[in-house]
Amino acid sequence: MEDLRFEHSVRTRAGGTRQSAIVGVVASGNLEVLVERVLPDAECAIEIRTAAVGFGEVWTAVIGDFVDRYSPGGLRFSINDGGARPDTVSLRLAQAVRSITENGQ
Amino acid sequence: MTAPFKDITLTERACSTSFYESSARTRLELLLDAGSFVEFIGPEQREVSPHLKIFDLPEQFDDGIVVGHGRLDGSPVFVAAQEGRFMGGAFGEVHGAKLTGLLRAARQIASIPVLILFDTGGVRLQEANAGELAIAEIMRAVMEARSAGVKVVGLIGGRSGCYGGGGLTAGCCSALAVSEPGRIAVSGPEVIETNRGVEEFDSRDRALVWRTMGGKHRRLLGAADVFADDNVQDFREAALELLGLIGPFGLDSLKAEQERLADRLSRYGACLDAVDIWAAEGIAHAESVPELPSDQFITLAERIGRTNRDAR
Repeated sequence: MEDLRFEHSVRTRAGGTRQSAIVGVVASGNLEVLVERVLPDAECAIEIRTAAVGFGEVWTAVIGDFVDRYSPGGLRFSINDGGARPDTVSLRLAQAVRSITENGQ
Repeated sequence: MTAPFKDITLTERACSTSFYESSARTRLELLLDAGSFVEFIGPEQREVSPHLKIFDLPEQFDDGIVVGHGRLDGSPVFVAAQEGRFMGGAFGEVHGAKLTGLLRAARQIASIPVLILFDTGGVRLQEANAGELAIAEIMRAVMEARSAGVKVVGLIGGRSGCYGGGGLTAGCCSALAVSEPGRIAVSGPEVIETNRGVEEFDSRDRALVWRTMGGKHRRLLGAADVFADDNVQDFREAALELLGLIGPFGLDSLKAEQERLADRLSRYGACLDAVDIWAAEGIAHAESVPELPSDQFITLAERIGRTNRDAR
């Protein structure tokens, strides 16, 4: 297992009022993303626990691209990864943002 | 992004969503009344397994089971749903404790039924002793809840089936609904083949596995009370039907069930294959049962009757 952590400054706060959401499942080639609205509006953090060791560079690229596209201000993402491919990771991160911004709860 | 889904009602979604393919969370969302689900010990509390880290294995924030309460056609229910894709939905220490706690709460309140959406291969091997103890606690909690008057309904139609301690626990429930892809047994196909040889059971013969452990056979044997089509709406209707059917539980119902099982053994004990049992039950063209579409199978099952409303 390997632990990774990324912190980014972002332009805007993520919309919506929901406090947390979870998407995905921990299985081979899959991952779960728990997203919580717990940070200041201009910050975002991603914590990863992954079964695939040694892919820090790929994660850096995928997370950088995600933060650029979605500007998820105020959100902390906690990831349990079962060795998902980068496209699956991008998809789950996008689903997580959609879940926490769309359903007001 | 979700615009195409905006006009679709929850019922329409439930009708068109495969129970087998869904996650535990989607099953609960579509099974219960819209927006009624409230989770206990949600993923944000991070009550993860204390054992998996030792084996350098990934954890899941809910430890593979979602528990909580909601409403079914307006009435309150407790619910538990196993996530069959996380470690085969297996019972670990935390996973088991969440279900035990839910059942004990139900026993205490005594008037709110429990729905358990099984999807499990049994005990999580990495947590062997803790997992086995969890199964014992869960089975006791089911029986205590039932003794207090609580209806405990199992819904089985997930990719991991209902095996090992899950199969034992299902056997303790008041009633079960099963779909064709759902399987109910204790020892799984690979376990039987490993212990008794391929002549005893060929685990790669999928047709054999399904006609021995699959939903259709379990329904015809009276082990499951209702056969559901593989969509969440059908499971919702099955749960409502069963909650309306379940009678009182006590020593008499246990004795009646023991009698039924003894009778079943004496009638079918010598059969070598499920097809022999169906033929002995008087089903014409028994060999075609696995190919029957759900609606035709349900008609057949209703005609055969044998719906078991005793203890299991």
